[in-house]
Amino acid sequence: MSKVQVETRINGEGVEFLCEPQQTLLEVLRETLSRTGTKEGCATGDCGACSVLLDGRLVCSCLVLGVEAEGKEVTTIEGIAGNDGLHPIQQKFLERAALQCGICTPGLIVATKALLDKHKNPDEETIRYWLAGNLCRCTGYDKIIRAVQDAAEELAYEA
Amino acid sequence: MGAFAYVAPTTVAEALGVLEEHASQGKRAQILAGGTDLLVQLQSVDRTPRTIVDIKKLEEANRVEVGADETFVGAAVASAVLNENEELKQRFPGLIEAADLIGSTQIQGRATIAGNLCNASPAGDTIPALIAIGAVCVIASESGNRELAVEDFVTGVGTNALQDGEFLVGLKIPNPPARTADAYLRFIPRTEMDIAVAGAGVALTLDDAGTCTAARVSIGAVAPTALLVTAAADALVGTSVDDDALAAAAAACSAAASPITDKRGTVEYRRKVVGVLCKRAAAIARDRAQA
Amino acid sequence: MAEAVDYKVVGTRPIRPDGVDKVTGRAQYGADLNLPNMLYGKVLRSPHAHAKIKSVDVSKALAMDGVYAAVSGADFPTAAHGDIGGEGGGDVADVAKNVMARDKVLYHGHAVAAVAATSQSIADAALAAIDVEYDVLTPVLDVDEAMADDAPLLDENCFTANLPEKPDKPSNIAAVMQLARGNVEEGFEAADVIVEGDYNIPMAHQGYIEPHACTATINEAGQATVWCCTQGHFEFRSMTAKLLGMEIADLKFIASEIGGGFGGKTVVYLEPLAVLLSKQSGRPVKMMMTREDVFRATGPTSGTHCKVKVGAKKDGTLTAATAWLAYEAGAFAGAPMGPGAMCVFAPYELENFHIEAFDVLVNKPKVAAYRAPGAPQAAHAIEVALDDLARQLDMDPIDLRLKNAVSEGTQASYGPKFPRIGFKECLEAAKAHPNYTKPLPEGAGRGVAAGFWFNVGMQSSAEVHINENGSVIVVEGNPDIGGSRASMCIMAAETLGVEYDSVRALVGDTESTGFSNVTGGSRTTFATGMAVIEACEDIIAQCKARAAATWGVDEDQVEWEDGQAVPAPGVNADVKPLSLADIAASAHKTGGPLLGRASLNAQGAGASFAVNICDLQVDAETGKVDVLGFTAVQDAGRAIHPDYVEGQMQGGASQGLGWALNEEYIFDKNGVMENAGFLDYRIPVASDLPMIDCEIVEVPNPSHPYGVRGVGETPIVAPLAAAANAVRDATGVRVNDLPLSPPRLLDAIDSAE
Repeated sequence: MSKVQVETRINGEGVEFLCEPQQTLLEVLRETLSRTGTKEGCATGDCGACSVLLDGRLVCSCLVLGVEAEGKEVTTIEGIAGNDGLHPIQQKFLERAALQCGICTPGLIVATKALLDKHKNPDEETIRYWLAGNLCRCTGYDKIIRAVQDAAEELAYEA
Repeated sequence: MGAFAYVAPTTVAEALGVLEEHASQGKRAQILAGGTDLLVQLQSVDRTPRTIVDIKKLEEANRVEVGADETFVGAAVASAVLNENEELKQRFPGLIEAADLIGSTQIQGRATIAGNLCNASPAGDTIPALIAIGAVCVIASESGNRELAVEDFVTGVGTNALQDGEFLVGLKIPNPPARTADAYLRFIPRTEMDIAVAGAGVALTLDDAGTCTAARVSIGAVAPTALLVTAAADALVGTSVDDDALAAAAAACSAAASPITDKRGTVEYRRKVVGVLCKRAAAIARDRAQA
Repeated sequence: MAEAVDYKVVGTRPIRPDGVDKVTGRAQYGADLNLPNMLYGKVLRSPHAHAKIKSVDVSKALAMDGVYAAVSGADFPTAAHGDIGGEGGGDVADVAKNVMARDKVLYHGHAVAAVAATSQSIADAALAAIDVEYDVLTPVLDVDEAMADDAPLLDENCFTANLPEKPDKPSNIAAVMQLARGNVEEGFEAADVIVEGDYNIPMAHQGYIEPHACTATINEAGQATVWCCTQGHFEFRSMTAKLLGMEIADLKFIASEIGGGFGGKTVVYLEPLAVLLSKQSGRPVKMMMTREDVFRATGPTSGTHCKVKVGAKKDGTLTAATAWLAYEAGAFAGAPMGPGAMCVFAPYELENFHIEAFDVLVNKPKVAAYRAPGAPQAAHAIEVALDDLARQLDMDPIDLRLKNAVSEGTQASYGPKFPRIGFKECLEAAKAHPNYTKPLPEGAGRGVAAGFWFNVGMQSSAEVHINENGSVIVVEGNPDIGGSRASMCIMAAETLGVEYDSVRALVGDTESTGFSNVTGGSRTTFATGMAVIEACEDIIAQCKARAAATWGVDEDQVEWEDGQAVPAPGVNADVKPLSLADIAASAHKTGGPLLGRASLNAQGAGASFAVNICDLQVDAETGKVDVLGFTAVQDAGRAIHPDYVEGQMQGGASQGLGWALNEEYIFDKNGVMENAGFLDYRIPVASDLPMIDCEIVEVPNPSHPYGVRGVGETPIVAPLAAAANAVRDATGVRVNDLPLSPPRLLDAIDSAE
């Protein structure tokens, strides 16, 4: 099986890799590049655990081919915290106990980042619909929604 | 067994060349737009090798133009991009609603209307919406572009009218007359993330007195392909789209439906609910046209 | 509601110690370990729900480039019969056959062979090269069909257990259970009102987001290390040892972080295969289930058919009740019919009752534990019947339950007398809750239901290490599935009298800490917490001894107060109190490092009761339910970390609502699951739910130092009936079967018109 060489940027870093044409970006991130913060829950685009930003747009990395990352900028959960510490979204998830098992958390944080990049002050309904593609089986979403609301407030305050 | 390959042509001619070459050699090539159906199929349904032809680098497939006479939506434009286009949303709120219903925010970031159409699922949400507004497929082939009405494009469950060597490059929609509006509604058991159990798209035009002068009604997920239901449209035309007319249109949709019972719904359920959706969508379109 | 106890740390809401790694992607879960030279293992699964295996030939797969191992049932030793232990229950020989089919496949998706190859795509190609010949048999797909006299048999050696005499012929009924008291006939004769119902609920899955995954490596001496997501790595170790005929000491299991389990990760599926493939290839092997595998081939919970009959006097006093409860076990015996039978009437005082329960084999995946296994289905039946009863008596549904609620001293329907419990307190709290009397929107309905779960104790170990600066390391053997490290740190900090931030908790592997049973049965904060508290008390005793030696007084002249050793009242010693940090700093002079430990088999798990209030409305034209509000009231005994107690209540409510409204296994006539993915197995998404209001009731468990009752399972027991009763209230139509999916509801609404 001949592999394709791909040049991309992941969390600001230039990265080259080889992948099979049919391999997903998720598989490449996890198995080839050992960026295992991005999780697999279904591999069919139904759970959002593999959420990443592709040129700033929220996507499921299980529904993107590795080869499609060529020339793109990929942001994963590993790229959300800055050098000066946790992103406010991450901090609010901790403070609000918005995770139990934590497997959906990377995807939810990436999705929330995309939401708050776009909507500064989303209401509860907007948050719930934006995050409808991020399944969480532990929390019933209550504390997640509250964490997102808190993060929105904090980011608006910072801005 | 062949091998997987990936190509991302930068011109329509190059893309057609790849398709033609594969067709002539009996090799499989498949278009990749958003990939939200294709990648799922690759992972579980059909893993046989093929050449994946990514059309996202084609300028024409990325074009969105809300023009004076018609609107063009390229085949590679993601739903989220359409949803951010206020002009388009204003002109075809029903189509954008339908596109917006497909999957999650994540899916929206990739999925395309053209892909939804080519995938030809009976439950594809944009298909009834496109039929309602009279959209036309722009099909690229070596002999030049050809055009085909959306209602004639889908030929069966998972099949479409594309010939070997052709691909859908975009969709053309004629500008609606004044006081025309569309709406699309579907039914799913949850609030998000499901496949339509039934869907209905309605576009209608009102005169100054509020009388419906033209209408198109299309229903989805209740037959092997989305249906254009002229009887439902006839029930609306000439009326003020009042409750009686809505009930008649609903009954026409229920009568036109030939659904199946499956994991998502029963024959009886789909038949009834598609009428309810038609009724509600027509009322929304009416209110929009009046506004 | 909480009693006035002066705790400094217990009851606070600090950030969990493992939190930062989980919000940054650093935390490593089951599929996150990649080792050098690693292979990918994959499983070939049966395309038939019921068939004899005539032959399995892996030779072509093994001959392929890049394929280094291929195994089938013939490569496993024959496992002896015996109880596997732990929460899941069942027989070792059955677990062995479930992990890899031998002579028969018993459900669609049953493992028949496995391979290991250098890439996932090569492993897929290798699976396609395995030849399996089947003799296809007729599948048996539901309890009623399976219990029929002429049903095809899954197991010709299955003779119903627990009957007075061994039956003369085999059947699909693996076991029965009966519980009875008083005289049911007389009880019903004394009743003014009798209600009856017949309730069907299909199979449902735990739906954890992380698919099962593991990485195993074994060396030439036969020493293996297995990294996996599990609710109990010690029990995974013993199961794997038994299945492979290995010495336990040769198996080291490391529990990764776990991405949800809810009972479903209490039994092995991949781990023995990965060890065997590693042995054959001489290389590390990683195995990951797909989501489809998870639905088809791991243990969901039982589909059930339940019948309940209840009689009451005009004042609401229950006079008699009967229950007939049939549970699907799936392919092998071991449905949770026992707990179902024991829970069904547990919340109520009943002088006359009769309960009969059945463990029934069907050609579906073998069930595993799911949050209060067996209880939600049985509770749905009785709680719906009580709602109907309340309507007939024109009585408030909470008042009806209060009238009959069990309390301290009541003899439970399942045998023992209840110690101090908080059911009445929960009912009173629900009744007083503003959400119970809040006006409903036009057309909406409100439903109430109660739930009960025993909770368990079982074995736990813990060690507490005091660092040289006085900071504290807690080592436990229970995977942290929902914030339990935080609870352990809180209890350690409270006991030692130190700051929460000075305590860290870690989950040891099977070689670095003592045996602990699974994280299950709502036992971790209770039982492992008790072990942590005892280990801290061990530290305190040592600290007192060190202080006594330092001060030259007797040990009993030293007390431990606010994290420091002080002279006991009346002891005349002119000394400065010694803090944990002081004692740790001088430990090298007073006897060496401070290490506390405890191991126990925890007794006195406190039953936890809950009362739920569900508000919803139904679209009369489509049958779609919109949940408007949900209130969970539950007795936690004592909430160590209230955020995570609420989290359990909210998560259980969400799962229960999903089960009530849309979740179900749908099989075709051949026994093939038609909705093996999150697209059509519809767990609630964020936009489906409202905020879930919680009220934690605290009636301390007298058997735990801080009063802890388990809280993880009770939350899923009541929502099924609460939702069903709300639908009844909103529509006037009673629908006994679940899920209350739009087609079912619309059909019921239309039929009633």
